[in-house]
Amino acid sequence: MAAAARFTVVGGGLAGLMTTIKLAEAGHQVDVLSLVPVKRSHSVCAQGGINGAVNTKGEGDHPDIHVKDTLRGGDFLAEQVSVKGMCHAAPGIIYLLDRMGVTFNRTPEGLLDFRRFGGTLHHRTAFAGATTGQQLLYALDEQVRRYEAEGKVTKYEYWEWLGTVKDEGGRVIGSVAVDLRTMEIRTFPAEAVCLATGGPGIVFGRSTNSIINTGTAAGRAYMEGAIYANGEFIQVHPTSIPGEDKLRLMSESVRGEGGRVWVPRKKGDPRGPRDIPESERWYFLEEKYPKYKNLVPRDVATREIFMVCRDLGMGIGGRDGVYLDVTHIPAKTLDAKIKGVMEIYEKFVGDDPRVTPMVIFPGMHYSMGGLYVRFEADSRTQTPLEGSPVNQSTNIPGLYATGEADYAFHGANRLGANSLLSCIYSGMIGGPAMAAFAKSQSTSAAAMPEKYFQDAKRYWEDRFATIKKMNGAENPYALARELGDIMTENCTVVRYNDRLKKTVEKIRELKSRWKNVNVLDTGNVANRALSYTNQLWNMLELGEVIATSALLRDESRGAHYKPEFSLPEPKTKDPREDADWMALWRKRHEKWAKTTIAKHSEQGPQISYEEIPTPVLEPEPRWYA
Amino acid sequence: MDTAQASAVTNKTVTFRIWRQDDPNKPGHFDEFKVPYTKGANVISCLMEIQRNPVTVEGKRVPPVIWDAACLEEVCGSCAMNINGRVRMACSALVDKLEQPITLEPMSKFPVVRDLAVDRERMFNALKRVKGWIPVDGTHNLGPGPRQSPKDQSVMYVLSTCITCGSCLEACPQVTLDNDFVGAAAISQARLFNMNPTGKMQSEERVRGLMGPGGIQDCGKAQNCVKVCPKEIPLTTSIAVMNREVTKVMIKDIFFKDEEQKSHGGPG
Ligand SMILES: Cc1cc2nc3c(=O)[nH]c(=O)nc-3n(C[C@H](O)[C@H](O)[C@H](O)COP(=O)(O)OP(=O)(O)OC[C@H]3O[C@@H](n4cnc5c(N)ncnc54)[C@H](O)[C@@H]3O)c2cc1C
Ligand code: SF4
Ligand code: FES
Repeated sequence: MAAAARFTVVGGGLAGLMTTIKLAEAGHQVDVLSLVPVKRSHSVCAQGGINGAVNTKGEGDHPDIHVKDTLRGGDFLAEQVSVKGMCHAAPGIIYLLDRMGVTFNRTPEGLLDFRRFGGTLHHRTAFAGATTGQQLLYALDEQVRRYEAEGKVTKYEYWEWLGTVKDEGGRVIGSVAVDLRTMEIRTFPAEAVCLATGGPGIVFGRSTNSIINTGTAAGRAYMEGAIYANGEFIQVHPTSIPGEDKLRLMSESVRGEGGRVWVPRKKGDPRGPRDIPESERWYFLEEKYPKYKNLVPRDVATREIFMVCRDLGMGIGGRDGVYLDVTHIPAKTLDAKIKGVMEIYEKFVGDDPRVTPMVIFPGMHYSMGGLYVRFEADSRTQTPLEGSPVNQSTNIPGLYATGEADYAFHGANRLGANSLLSCIYSGMIGGPAMAAFAKSQSTSAAAMPEKYFQDAKRYWEDRFATIKKMNGAENPYALARELGDIMTENCTVVRYNDRLKKTVEKIRELKSRWKNVNVLDTGNVANRALSYTNQLWNMLELGEVIATSALLRDESRGAHYKPEFSLPEPKTKDPREDADWMALWRKRHEKWAKTTIAKHSEQGPQISYEEIPTPVLEPEPRWYA
Repeated sequence: MDTAQASAVTNKTVTFRIWRQDDPNKPGHFDEFKVPYTKGANVISCLMEIQRNPVTVEGKRVPPVIWDAACLEEVCGSCAMNINGRVRMACSALVDKLEQPITLEPMSKFPVVRDLAVDRERMFNALKRVKGWIPVDGTHNLGPGPRQSPKDQSVMYVLSTCITCGSCLEACPQVTLDNDFVGAAAISQARLFNMNPTGKMQSEERVRGLMGPGGIQDCGKAQNCVKVCPKEIPLTTSIAVMNREVTKVMIKDIFFKDEEQKSHGGPG
């Protein structure tokens, strides 16, 4: 086939834009589809920063230590080859972003500044104030705009990807999408399609995610045969501001810059935080984790806060909430380094966090799980082989996934500031892989019989016409809230099998109630309720995958915590010295250190487990005390 | 307080008057809704409540209101609209601080898509016009970029927090639905890229992008933009800086044209 081919990238967050840049740079034509103008994608919300072991602070940091922190942080469920590739590419990625004009914070010498984040002892996180995601997204958006001005990229903003077009052999040869303004449905032929569609936060109703993060595309791909992996691994961020519409994140960088977490030592202490003297404050993270202190990995911090409030009843005023305190840090430092988050707190709560300690509680934040993708290892380096068509490919030929939508990089728990990195890195290897795939095919998608495209288009026109006629009793937005409530209640910090069973049953009930939805809007322009009703089905499918995967994994690992199946505390400080405990650990490890594989069926998700090769690092107990 | 009032407090509601327009070419009207009051509610959380129960005060079932929003923390730039006659971000407009009924109308300087959603394409086109990017050689690893002082970084950082919300265009008397004035946001972006050590190399191209019809000279110096910008970007300073750069290029064009042409002639 011809050297310059046409591709579709779905999603204009960091992952989608980097995938696009790589394809356009190689001379290809790219159609970028996005629910919103790409500059408004969820990546814009990321606050804290992006990791890379650049070692400018004389701490002896190295990409190999970054690899180790990441694999350990993910409790050895991450795909090792891709993690190694990512950590070694990280310094170069940060330099590239610097060259693209990202306004990273600087040291007095004019070098890039780095801050500390959770799960590591090194200053490894480059940052641009407390709006790093915004600055990174804008840099990539600007590069894509440049390609757009040169005619290599065509953006389809306010377009929603609905599903694939496949040939009879099952290869993806294009997509079907709907224009969210005119409601026109059309097909996009492509040599390969990449889903860079982000995470499924809204399946949990309220989360730290943007409200467009319904996970609809991943849910649909799953229904079309793509494997969804590690769905049960949902990161609940330790520090967010509870809200009716959203849980607004207070970035880990707040603790990275010295923020301290505490509650009054006296249960239900009625005094205001500033009236409680130092000696009557319980800095429970610092006490329990003297080495990492407030910067233990997220799952650990989240559970501690959760237990302090729910099990011990020591939350502020007896309720859900602990203090996150930065009042000991000069306001000037705060403004130079984390002004963005300070302002969010001030705007939405009304208190100035520079003066009054913030009140925070854990909130659903990120999905480690996602679409299953593969990598081809370079046998010398055990990193993804450059230019291999296998990298970032799903099990459906021609369908790729990058960014939060893929499952690979973070295992059972993601380290802070590793996601922006995995998004960009997956795009950097995903784009070339798509081009290599196209080259390896004997027939070009563009030359495929028109029938495939017509059939796919007709399917979606019929489905939308059917939904548009739905005039039952259920409000789709209210159904979504029910889904979110039960997912948050039973599928976040602490999990019990009886409640997970009820959750799966409830989702099945919601699925049958979906059939009785009222679409609310019969308009022909910008009919959001119509598109949302379709999305809601995909959300229910994903919810079912997440809850079922959680139900079946009878252990505690990273963000997935089941007290009924947790290992006991080891008797020695270093668990490796406790032989009995190590035997238990090994047994658990052999049984459960596997990737959860979910395949769609009419009866619900079919779950199996896949061995994880460990060419980079032998698993060991994960321990932070 | 008598009991009736007491129950009015516990069943407190918030009243909204919302502009409805099914189609950009059709006339619009207001619908009135009452939403249960919750502490800390903002305009978007109330619009979400209306989605779950789209019934007007008259008891009429209507389609849910169409609006744009994504991040709900004032960083994506989606949700700018006129709230009680003033342009601002709906997600950070706390109900407690607004007078009722709360009137919501779409921005008037952009074509309406439906209800409160508008088309801000002109802003993205303006970014193309000013070449708002750093033309990197490629995405391969070329090592770090040039060093920058923390002081320059802090100025550039603020400029680069523009969320393309359109508030500055909405407030600007020079911007109309059918003209093509680039507006304050794009002018300020040109300044940002011209400050960058690499971006400087194309500064003249960007300055030229600000000249000609719809360019910076259309600015009437009303200074409304800087008052409404939710990110407190020093827009009037940016406009002044870029005005000076435009003047420099104009002077150069007048006085040095001949010599430039001579020197660019290359070896004979
Ligand atoms: C508040 C917050 C703070 C964070 N801070 C950090 C941090 O400091 N460091 C870090 O490393 N990570 C952070 N993260 C995580 C990180 O921001 C995300 O994981 C990452 O940005 C995801 O990028 P993405 O490109 O995969 O997806 P997104 O940025 O979510 O983009 C998804 C894209 O897909 C499009 N899309 C989705 N579905 C469809 C469809 N059906 N049709 C068409 N288009 C579609 C959307 O329009 C969008 O363009 C944070 C997350 C949150 C919530
Ligand atoms: S300059 Fe300010 S008002 Fe104008 S688009 Fe940017 S953020 Fe909005
Ligand atoms: S929703 Fe993003 S700025 Fe308001």
